[in-house]
Amino acid sequence: MDTVALMIPGDKAKVVKLSGKVNLRKKLLDMGIVSGAVIEMIRHAPLGDPIQIKIKGYHLSLRKTEASHILIKSLR
Amino acid sequence: MKKKRLLDARSRVELTLSAIEGGKGRMRKLTDMGLIPGEKIRKLESSQSGPVILLVKGAKIAIGRGMADKIIVEEKIIKKTITIALVGNPNSGKTSIFNNLTGTRQHVGNYPGVTVEKKEGLARYGDYTIRVIDLPGTYSLTAYSLDEVVARNFILEAKPDLIVDVVDSTNLERNLYFATQLMELEVPLVFAFNMSDIAKAAGQHINEEAFSRLVGIKITQTVGIKNKGTTQLLKSIVETYQQKEQAKKISINYGKEIEDELSKLLNCLKAREPLIKQYPLRWFAIKLLEDDKDIIDFVKTEAGTEEILKQSALSRGHIMSIFADDPETIIADRRYGFINGMLHEVVTHTAESHLKASDMIDRVVVNRIAGIPIFLGVMWLMFKCIFILSEKPMEWIERAQAAMGAFVSGFLPEGSFIQGLIVDGIIGGVGSVLVFVPIIFMLFFCMSILEDSGYMARIAFIVDKFMHKIGLHGRSFIPMLLGFGCNVPAIMATRVIESKKDRLTTILINPFMSCGAKLPIYTLLIGVFFSKHASGNVLFSLYLLGFVTAVIMAKMLRKFIFTGESAPFVMELPPYRLPTLRGLFTHMWERGWLYIKKAGTVILLGCILIWTLSALPIHAQGDLSKSYIARIGKFIEPVIKPLGFDWKIGTALIAGVVAKEIVVGTLGVLYGAGEDKNEHSLNLRNALREDKYPDGRKVFSPLIAYALMVFVLLYIPCLSAAAVIRKESGSWGWMFFSISYSTLLAWIAAFIVYQGGRLLGF
Ligand SMILES: Nc1nc2c(ncn2[C@@H]2O[C@H](COP(=O)(O)OP(=O)(O)OP(=O)(O)O)[C@@H](O)[C@H]2O)c(=O)[nH]1
Ligand SMILES: [Mg+2]
Repeated sequence: MDTVALMIPGDKAKVVKLSGKVNLRKKLLDMGIVSGAVIEMIRHAPLGDPIQIKIKGYHLSLRKTEASHILIKSLR
Repeated sequence: MKKKRLLDARSRVELTLSAIEGGKGRMRKLTDMGLIPGEKIRKLESSQSGPVILLVKGAKIAIGRGMADKIIVEEKIIKKTITIALVGNPNSGKTSIFNNLTGTRQHVGNYPGVTVEKKEGLARYGDYTIRVIDLPGTYSLTAYSLDEVVARNFILEAKPDLIVDVVDSTNLERNLYFATQLMELEVPLVFAFNMSDIAKAAGQHINEEAFSRLVGIKITQTVGIKNKGTTQLLKSIVETYQQKEQAKKISINYGKEIEDELSKLLNCLKAREPLIKQYPLRWFAIKLLEDDKDIIDFVKTEAGTEEILKQSALSRGHIMSIFADDPETIIADRRYGFINGMLHEVVTHTAESHLKASDMIDRVVVNRIAGIPIFLGVMWLMFKCIFILSEKPMEWIERAQAAMGAFVSGFLPEGSFIQGLIVDGIIGGVGSVLVFVPIIFMLFFCMSILEDSGYMARIAFIVDKFMHKIGLHGRSFIPMLLGFGCNVPAIMATRVIESKKDRLTTILINPFMSCGAKLPIYTLLIGVFFSKHASGNVLFSLYLLGFVTAVIMAKMLRKFIFTGESAPFVMELPPYRLPTLRGLFTHMWERGWLYIKKAGTVILLGCILIWTLSALPIHAQGDLSKSYIARIGKFIEPVIKPLGFDWKIGTALIAGVVAKEIVVGTLGVLYGAGEDKNEHSLNLRNALREDKYPDGRKVFSPLIAYALMVFVLLYIPCLSAAAVIRKESGSWGWMFFSISYSTLLAWIAAFIVYQGGRLLGF
């Protein structure tokens, strides 16, 4: 399945599931990344990592390794 | 409790009958009416004449005024002091509201996690005194980082009378997620919907009344920066407090499957109620289901709780098997579902999406190609500005100090000990510190611009990859940057870093970030030994060296001491905001004032001590090389000789352990005291330039000056920084480690500079 780490700027997708360690998952949930939420990929940081996404109307940055634990379904 | 006669007691408040004066007859008559000592009664009327009407055991009775005068009652004093806590997501405006409520100025900044420790202030409303506590922002009550733990523990353990949840209205969904968790804590709650100015401008309309009815919680719209809605908020606070018994309890329905498991857990918990009576039961059950580490640990430490643990494992397993996902995910889903349902009913948007401007700025500022040049440019510009803009004010202060010295000299016996102490010791010492106030104020000013505008978070975003490479975290960069101002707040700012290893590493490398107090030393030495157009570059090279050392040390610490992977980097990027001039000046003043206070106390004492040591013993008067301080300096001279330093420098370095600013003050005193007392030679700059060894060799050269600056840059954190390191790392061990390894490093680096420079022929 696709993950947020693979999105390119401008892509939109729906969150399907979170994987990874408990701590990371809980943190992501707190930040509003729950199944069904829509994520818009905004950009990569100048050095390529981390990435900036838009979720629930605000901007969030996270590293690609973390983003790869957010499984998504593309909305195109 | 206050004892009073019933006749004089206040009406409509609860009174406890305490004694009846007079004979047995009267006693019997009253007891027959139910007026027995210990009984709780209420006075209904308080007219000037006629009988007194009482409410006893639900029945009204009337007694004569004479009788009422013989009855002694205790009046219960109503508690008029409320403790409230301001909580909410980071950057939602809690500190701004705190300032509005209490009138004090705390630091606000447009960067998540500026408040890292709880702060207290007082507010007044009617008869009430309200103790307001400003807590660090947190995204949830599952505590990850230290500042979140501070907030959670305060709510759970200190049990404030009421909680004010400061909600960022422009980001209702995520902010209310935190609110749902507060609601489960069953503490009286009030909402402040802050940033309502931005929300309105973006075309968002909230039907407060409907919202308030849905959740059973009072809502006030506020604008933190404009002090709007403050009185209304206070009113809601007091009203909610007064009717707390009637507060409607709202709980989220998590759906049949989860509710079933919750009630099983509740049954288990009820059997052990006394154990967890400090927590609301339902909240506790939810936390068990969510597998909250702290709560599980808490249960494990208690005896006879196997049943509870067994049930929660069972329930978790059951939910997992139904949903093929863990309970915490399902619970979070349901909470967001609840919020969405509510928002759907009460929030309308008249315009589409907001924050367009912020997106545009981001497009340029964190652009793939331009992002890094812009970042470096901003840093460079900042240092350039600081240097140029503070030049003139520094001259003024220097002149004022010289005038002051000359003026005071006139009143004191020429050449006496007391004249030396006051003019050279006190005025000279403190003056040479105050001279650098402008530069430090400028530094704090620039820092505040970065923070308040929202660029600080972008810096973390831009540098994270690099920071990650050296084993740190994008968030470590901000404490490092703050370290350029002062290591004390910088080390405290590491609390936003979630993992302990990342935190300790960041703390230990922080003193290498050249703090504002080291700036006076650089400016002095650069001004004397380097040409004007080289000065900027020399200064920049020092800051760079400090940074590089920090990077190398971080890498080493991560490799050899704090091994293991670093924490996740999940950070909010707040929208850009135009910093307010008032805000900037307040921050600059607050932080700068701390510096002045330091100069006024520790540094003043340091300067006096140093001057006295240099003037004593009396019989050595005039010959500085025989003074006490010279003996200390000379004692360590062999150790610093290979670095090109003489005993005066050694002495100044020792004095600088108290605070780095003292290095300059000490040099001032040492050279001031050693010179003839005519106008120009008093000038420290000339004194440094002209100072010679007995054999005629000059003490200073540009190379030695540079080695000295390198040494000062790296050696021993100042007393206050060391104290904070101890406090924040929680151990003396790390403090001593920090002190010794940095001093060793300083010696090695200065050695390389001096000896290497000599080999190269400088
Ligand atoms: N436009 C607008 N800006 C606000 C309002 N309230 C606060 N701000 C700004 O929002 C930023 C954050 O404010 P703070 O008061 O520091 O927020 P905080 O909740 O204390 O933040 P942390 O302590 O970091 O959790 C600052 O730049 C404030 O000037 C408001 O009502 N409207
Ligand atoms: Mg704050």
